[in-house]
Amino acid sequence: MKTIQLHINGVKRSVDTDPERTLLSVLRDDLDLTGAKYGCGEGQCGACTVLVDGQPVRSCHVRVEAVAGKQITTIEGLTQNGQLHPLQRAFLELDAMQCGYCTPGMILSGVALLANNPHPSETEIVRFMNGNICRCGTYPRIIAAIRRAAQMMKGGAR
Amino acid sequence: MSDKLVAQASSLPVEPERYELFAAPVYDFTITRRDFFKILGGGLVVLCLLDDALAQGRGGGRGFGGAAPQEISAWLHIGEDGTVTVYTGKVEVGQNARTSLTQVVAEELRAPLSSVRVLMADTDLVPFDAGTFGSRTTPDMVPRLRRAAAAARESLLDLAAEQWKVERGTLLVADGKVHHPPTNRAITFGELTKGQKLMKSIGGDVPLTPAERWKVIGQSIPKVNGQDLVTGKHKFSSDIKRPGMWFGKVLRPPSFGAMLVAVDTQAAEAMGVTVVRDGNFVGVAAPTEHLAAKALSAIRAEWNASPQPSGKELFEYLKKNAVPPPPSPAIEEGLAAADIRLERTYTIAYIAHAPLEPRAAVAEWNEGKLTVWVGTQRPFGVRSDVARAFGIPESQVRVIVPDTGSGYGGKHTVEAATEAARLAQAARRPVKVVWTREEEFTWAYFRPAGVIEVRSGVKKDGTLTAWDFHNYNSGGSAIRPLYDIPHQRSEFHQTRSPLRQGSYRALAATANHFARETHIDELAHAVGMDPLAFRLKNLKDERLRAVLTAAAERFGWGKSKQSEGHGFGIAGGFEKGSYVATCAEVQVTHRQVKVMRLVTAFECGAVINPDHLRNQIEGCLMMGIGGALFEAVRFENGTILNPRFSAYRVPRFVDTPAMEVVLLDRKDLPSVGAGETPIVAVAPAIGNAIFDATGERRRTMPMV
Ligand code: FES
Ligand code: FES
Repeated sequence: MKTIQLHINGVKRSVDTDPERTLLSVLRDDLDLTGAKYGCGEGQCGACTVLVDGQPVRSCHVRVEAVAGKQITTIEGLTQNGQLHPLQRAFLELDAMQCGYCTPGMILSGVALLANNPHPSETEIVRFMNGNICRCGTYPRIIAAIRRAAQMMKGGAR
Repeated sequence: MSDKLVAQASSLPVEPERYELFAAPVYDFTITRRDFFKILGGGLVVLCLLDDALAQGRGGGRGFGGAAPQEISAWLHIGEDGTVTVYTGKVEVGQNARTSLTQVVAEELRAPLSSVRVLMADTDLVPFDAGTFGSRTTPDMVPRLRRAAAAARESLLDLAAEQWKVERGTLLVADGKVHHPPTNRAITFGELTKGQKLMKSIGGDVPLTPAERWKVIGQSIPKVNGQDLVTGKHKFSSDIKRPGMWFGKVLRPPSFGAMLVAVDTQAAEAMGVTVVRDGNFVGVAAPTEHLAAKALSAIRAEWNASPQPSGKELFEYLKKNAVPPPPSPAIEEGLAAADIRLERTYTIAYIAHAPLEPRAAVAEWNEGKLTVWVGTQRPFGVRSDVARAFGIPESQVRVIVPDTGSGYGGKHTVEAATEAARLAQAARRPVKVVWTREEEFTWAYFRPAGVIEVRSGVKKDGTLTAWDFHNYNSGGSAIRPLYDIPHQRSEFHQTRSPLRQGSYRALAATANHFARETHIDELAHAVGMDPLAFRLKNLKDERLRAVLTAAAERFGWGKSKQSEGHGFGIAGGFEKGSYVATCAEVQVTHRQVKVMRLVTAFECGAVINPDHLRNQIEGCLMMGIGGALFEAVRFENGTILNPRFSAYRVPRFVDTPAMEVVLLDRKDLPSVGAGETPIVAVAPAIGNAIFDATGERRRTMPMV
């Protein structure tokens, strides 16, 4: 057991845990942040994606100890002052989901993409997002949603 | 109870397509009017009775823990606060039934969408339902809920007429209120139902709003709970947390069919976890998943394995264990009349559903009563599975299905429910079991593999004369051709399956369409005809002709010029009441196949929600690309060789082709389901396009 300090969604949280555990399991089981999902546990599906210092990270593959002190953003922290992120809005507008299990990971990956590249081409979207699986096959809609969010953000929306 | 649990945990093969034939539950108590209002609260209740035809084939419906009259399929409640709640045993697995059911109720009740809540799949609260499969939600549940809502609307009119002492004919319902235009009065549903305990049952005779007056049905209403999904707020079964809950893991045999000989759990027990050994079942529960996994790996077990068939002998094995069809003089006659005869064999691999949310369940015991939150397509089926495993009455088990991380036919059984319940019983606290991806790839069930043998005959002018089609193992769905063929036979042959198999999106319709529509293409080429013209020449069915023509037209069939290495293919078919045709463009370079474009025309009667229908069709096309090109379960002597996403390739962003969907909206026809059929034409269209590009015929799924 070890006490680890985490900065999650702008709040400091301290957890007593076996430092070997994954970030995903601590988020979900200890902190009730269940937006990050388990899909494979081997870094292959992106369902567990969270942002660590703005970069998309597969939380199933990261030991919780490794992210101590870093800025972690989960899907629960993406909404600010009750305002959805433009990409969340675009997902809703384009119904870019079916079962929605991949959705939090998709949105966080997409947010990271847009932060690095505000106007990605379709090829760039595909390349960046290819590690995220949507088994329901809503890829064309997710691509469209990322493009729409890019448009919205160009207009100054957050 | 130990041997019962073993029977539950061992993987008995699920016969393909037999899964829809469930016997009726054993109990048949009647629910009283008082019970209803006790549970639902005051207001107005409309019970939907099954019409006779449906009731007979299905063994009827019950609810409230097996305590409702058998012919009830759903109920609708308008509470004293005006909230409309619909109770149905259907589940939401991404097919957007929650939204479409909300829509049809809002339409008939003339109520705002936001006032309608659909309560799905809580076995203590909803009437019995066999399960969400076979594309039955739209053709069965939609008309029933429409009738219930229409009947509720009529009752509200009665109430208002009585209350205001006015002619009923001068009233109208709109925006969740009853209006009396002559006096400019309006009253909300809540005000009308306040203090009431009204109950009404309805059969098949309630008048429904005709299609030309629809305002909500036929509209692209966004997913009603989309907001909860994009914010991470929605709790899937795997997200449920109960006070004091622990995490469970189950020890799996090293190979299929292996029996436990001896087990040493001492090291695990020393870790302060709960260890259960019950027959062949060994599992642990611990305060964290990490510790549960650690304890599990500390268990030493000895297994007795028996030799199992391997993938390389699969197709021989399937043929070897089936009875060959008898000779048919009629077929021989048809073949004799042909100028050209073809004989071909097609094979289909086992594939995995791989729903992104693996099997997951949380179980909690309370004074002998068990509650399980679980992602399944058969809430009442899982309830009886669990009850049977513990030898307790079904009324002691409550199954709650939160909207689930998809199923595709893969979550008819959810063993995690029984496993969690067994561990919770031993640990004396709630336990959650979430299968790992590897468990899901290994211990769930697969889409059946198959061998399909086809013999056919055609005249030089392109007239089909004979068709002899034999499917070994994969199933009988959509096995009969819609083409006009004077001498034909299409049969499904049962055999032994090396792997546990069961339902999958569209079942064997994919395999049968693959073989049929590939073979038809081969025949077209054999007589030197355009594949579309050849199909139309042998086809009278107007609805199939309509989708083929519509897809071809949008695709530019016969007009567009192909670039180097590109090929075009077409395929069409019919299943579960709906019609589909797909045109594909592929690019083949160095034996690499890329699907460039898919155009699909689809007709499923009157469209309820066009955008969600498109979403389903696009999803089917994406998923179909996987089975067509690369998905296959590899196995050897009782073990799965590729039980991971790194080894089992599923469609990803790079595989997304340009997609166009043409909807043929037939407002004059009843709506049927659409979550399955659009997948069936994908593989043959792609295969035919590969032939067009390369001159090489692919007769195996997957094709590369
Ligand atoms: S769960 Fe982490 S990548 Fe799949
Ligand atoms: S919406 Fe179901 S996995 Fe993406």
